[in-house]
Amino acid sequence: MTVRRLAEAAVQPAAFAFKGEKVAEAQRWIAKYPKGREQSAIIPLLMLAQEQEGWVTRAAIEHIADMLGMPYIRALEVATFYTQFQLKPVGTRAHVQVCGTTPCMLRGSEALMDVCREKIHHEQFHTNAAGTLSWEEVECLGACVNAPMVMIFKDTYEDLTPERLAEIIDAFEAGNGASVPTGPQNGRIFSAPISGLTTLTDEKPLLKANRDRDARAAARAAKAAVAESAKPPVAPSRAARAKTDAIATSPALKSPSPVKVAPSVEKAASAPAPKLGAKAANATAPEAERAVRQRTAAPADIAAAKGVASAGRDMGRPALDDRNRPAAIEKPAAVDDLKLISGVGPKIEGILHSLGIYTFAQIAGWKKAEREWVDGYLNFKGRIERDDWGRQAKALAKGGVAEYVRVFGKKPV
Amino acid sequence: MLQDKDRIFTNIYGRFDRSLKGAMARGHWDGTAGIIAKGRDWIINEMKASGLRGRGGAGFPTGLKWSFMPKVSDGRPAYLVVNADESEPGTCKDRDILRHDPHTLVEGCLLAGFAMGAVAAYIYVRGEFIREREALQRAIDEAYAANLIGKGNVNGYDFDIYVHHGAGAYICGEETALLESLEGKKGQPRLKPPFPANVGLYGCPTTVNNVESIAVAPTILRRGAAWFSSIGRPNNVGTKLFMLVGHVNTPCTVEEAMGITFRELVEKHGGGVRGGWDNLLAVIPGGASCPVVKAEDIIDCPMDFDGLREKKSSFGTAAVIVMDKSTDIVKAIARLSYFFKHESCGQCTPCREGTGWMWRVMERLVRGEAHKREIDMLLDVTRQVEGHTICALGDAAAWPIQGLIRNFRPEIERRIDEFSRNAHRVEPVMVAAE
Repeated sequence: MTVRRLAEAAVQPAAFAFKGEKVAEAQRWIAKYPKGREQSAIIPLLMLAQEQEGWVTRAAIEHIADMLGMPYIRALEVATFYTQFQLKPVGTRAHVQVCGTTPCMLRGSEALMDVCREKIHHEQFHTNAAGTLSWEEVECLGACVNAPMVMIFKDTYEDLTPERLAEIIDAFEAGNGASVPTGPQNGRIFSAPISGLTTLTDEKPLLKANRDRDARAAARAAKAAVAESAKPPVAPSRAARAKTDAIATSPALKSPSPVKVAPSVEKAASAPAPKLGAKAANATAPEAERAVRQRTAAPADIAAAKGVASAGRDMGRPALDDRNRPAAIEKPAAVDDLKLISGVGPKIEGILHSLGIYTFAQIAGWKKAEREWVDGYLNFKGRIERDDWGRQAKALAKGGVAEYVRVFGKKPV
Repeated sequence: MLQDKDRIFTNIYGRFDRSLKGAMARGHWDGTAGIIAKGRDWIINEMKASGLRGRGGAGFPTGLKWSFMPKVSDGRPAYLVVNADESEPGTCKDRDILRHDPHTLVEGCLLAGFAMGAVAAYIYVRGEFIREREALQRAIDEAYAANLIGKGNVNGYDFDIYVHHGAGAYICGEETALLESLEGKKGQPRLKPPFPANVGLYGCPTTVNNVESIAVAPTILRRGAAWFSSIGRPNNVGTKLFMLVGHVNTPCTVEEAMGITFRELVEKHGGGVRGGWDNLLAVIPGGASCPVVKAEDIIDCPMDFDGLREKKSSFGTAAVIVMDKSTDIVKAIARLSYFFKHESCGQCTPCREGTGWMWRVMERLVRGEAHKREIDMLLDVTRQVEGHTICALGDAAAWPIQGLIRNFRPEIERRIDEFSRNAHRVEPVMVAAE
C-alpha cells in the first residue's frame, strides 16, 4: 500500500477531452465490454489520458467517469490504486522508471538509480530544473532475465550499465529518444543467452512441413518393419549374428578335435586364423569361411563328443552368402511335401524351408556345387549324393508319387 | 535433454517470422477445427490425462479446472479470462509468449474457450507490457482477418478474444482481484466461495488461467496427452519455460523438461554460476514469493513441483533467482519485503499492517540493529499473517522471510552481534513499529 494523492489544485488543468485518434480509440475500448459493463474500460481510458497529457489529471478522471457513467469516487479509487498512473506531472521528454526489485537489484539497479539521482533529481518523482526529465523506482517490470532495466514511456531498455543509462538519459534530454534502440543494450537477442543460443538455433526442424515429412518417413519405416516381421522368413540373414572382431569367434576356427592328433594335423585341418585388427578381420572373414575345410572324423567320435561336435558343426557350416548357395524363392502357394524324398524328415524340411527351398523342381535343378553346399549346410557328409536327392526330386517333380514308383520301383517314404 | 522438435514455444526468442503465416508454418493452427469436432469432453479428458498443472505458480491441474465450469448454461454467458498480469519478481516468461509466439495463446484461447463453453476470452495483460500488448493485438487481428476466430469462423465455434490491460498492480495477478480489476474497480481480491467457476467476471461463470497454461494446450491436444506426459517425472510432467535470473553468467528464458536438475539447467543454459559453483550462496527457485533455498540443497534438486516442495520451497513460476556469495542475502529478502509492502492491496489488516511491519524489521536486520529475540518475534508475525488473509499475498510476503530465517539465521545473528559490538559508536535510533 502506498499513499497516493492527486496533484495540488494549482497544477491541475481546468478541463480534459480526448483529442484526435484517442477519441476513436476510447470508443473501441468501451465496445469491448458487454452492455452495461462500460466501467471495465476505466483503466485503458485513464491510460489513454495519461498518454495524451503525460499524467492523470483530476479533470481527466472526472471526464472519464462521466463517459463511463460511474461515480467519481469509483474512478478516483482506480486512479489512486494503480501505481502506473502518474498523479503528478512527470518529465516531458522522459520519465525513467528504474526497476528496483530483487532480480534487478542483484544485477546492479542501485547503480542505475544513482545515475538518475545524479543526472535528474536526487529524489524520485521530481522533475529536473527544465521539467524535461524525472525518474522513479518501480516494482518488478517483468524483464528479469534482462536485468537491470528501465522503462521510458512505452519502451524498455534492458541489460544496462550505469554508463549506458547515462547515455540514454542524455539522448532523451536532447530530444533524440527515438534514436535509442529499445530492448537489450548489450547486443543479445531478447531473452536468449548472450553467449549464443542453446536452443532453437535453426528453424528448419521446427517447420511443420519438415516435421510432417519426418513423421511420414517414421510412419513408413514403422509400417515396413511391421510388414517385414509379418512375412514368412524367406531366408535367414546374418542380421542377428553377433558382430565381433574377436578372433575367438571366427567361424573359420575350429575347436580342438576330440580325437587326439598331432598338432601339425590339427593345424592342417583348420583354416589360418584371421589377422589381428578389426579391418583385417572383416576383410578376411568371408574368405576364411569359404576356405573352411571339414574335419573328417568317425561318427563314433562325434557321438562321443556330441557337445563339441555340434559346436564344431556350426562352426564348419558354409556361409549363407556363399555363391554356391541354391537360389531361394518366396513361399509359393503350393508347397511340395519335401518329406517324400528319402532322407528328408520334418526337421530337414524345416531347414530347407528356411533356406527358401519349397519345391521338388528346385531340388532337381541343383548343380553339383549347390548340392555340396546344402550337404555342408546340413552337415550330411555326402548323404545328398548317396541318397541321390537330385533324381528323386526330378521324378517327384515330373509326376509325383506315380512317377517315383515307376522310376524307383517303390513308394517314397 | 529436450530436443527442439519437442518444444512447444518454437519462436520464444522472436528470431523467426512472428506473423500468422510464420506461426502456421511452424504448425500452429493446424487441425484446430478437427480438435473442436472431437467435442468438449474429449478436450477436457485429454487435458486431464496430459497431467498439465497450471503454470501460474499454484500448480492446479488445468484439465480439472476446466471441468469445473457448468456443463449446461443457466442463461448467463461463460468467460475465459487469461491472466497475463505477470508481475512476480523474477518471472518474465509470458512476456516472451505475448510478444514472440502470440498465436500459441490465441489458438489456446479458442480451444480452452470451447472446452468450457465460454463465449469470449479476456486477456488481462499487465499495464507495463505495452509493446507486448500491441504484438498480441496484432496476432488477434490476424486471426480475425483469417477468420480463425470471431463469428462464423472456419473452426466452427463462435468465439471472441479481447485484450484488456492493467496499470501496475501485482495483486491483480490474483484471480479474483484480476476479475475486480477487469470490471473496472480497485484490484482487491474477493472472498471465495463463491468461486469464479460459479460467480466470476460480471457475475458469470469464469475460469482464470495463466498464459502459459493456455498457450501449451493446443500443442498438447494436437500431439496427444501421452506425448506431454512422457516428459518429466510423474505428477510433474511436460515442458516449462524456465527463467534464469540473477548471478548466472548468461541469464535467459528457456523451455526445458520439468524435473531437470538445477545444475544441468544452469550449466546448459545459464553458462554456470557467476564465479563458479563454489560461489553459489542461495537460490529463490520460483519467483519472489518462494522461500529461499541454500546452495547445497538445490544443486542437484530436480526443478519441479514435488522436487522443490521437498526442499520446503515451491516451484512457483520457475523463475530461478540465483544469488552468489557477493549477495547481501538479508538485504535481498528485505527488498522483497518492501515489494510486498508496496503491493499489498490494503484490504485485510494482517497483510496491510503486517507487510509494512515486517519490512521495517527486515530493514533493521539488514543493519543488525535489532535484538536477537526479534528474529523469533518476526517469525511469529509471519505466522500470524500467513493464512489469515483473503488472498495469498499475505502468505507470499511471509514465506521469503521464513525461508531466510530457516536458512540464514546465523548470518542475521552475526550482524546483530557486529552491530552491538560497535553500538557505542553510533546513536541507536529506535524505530517504532508504527
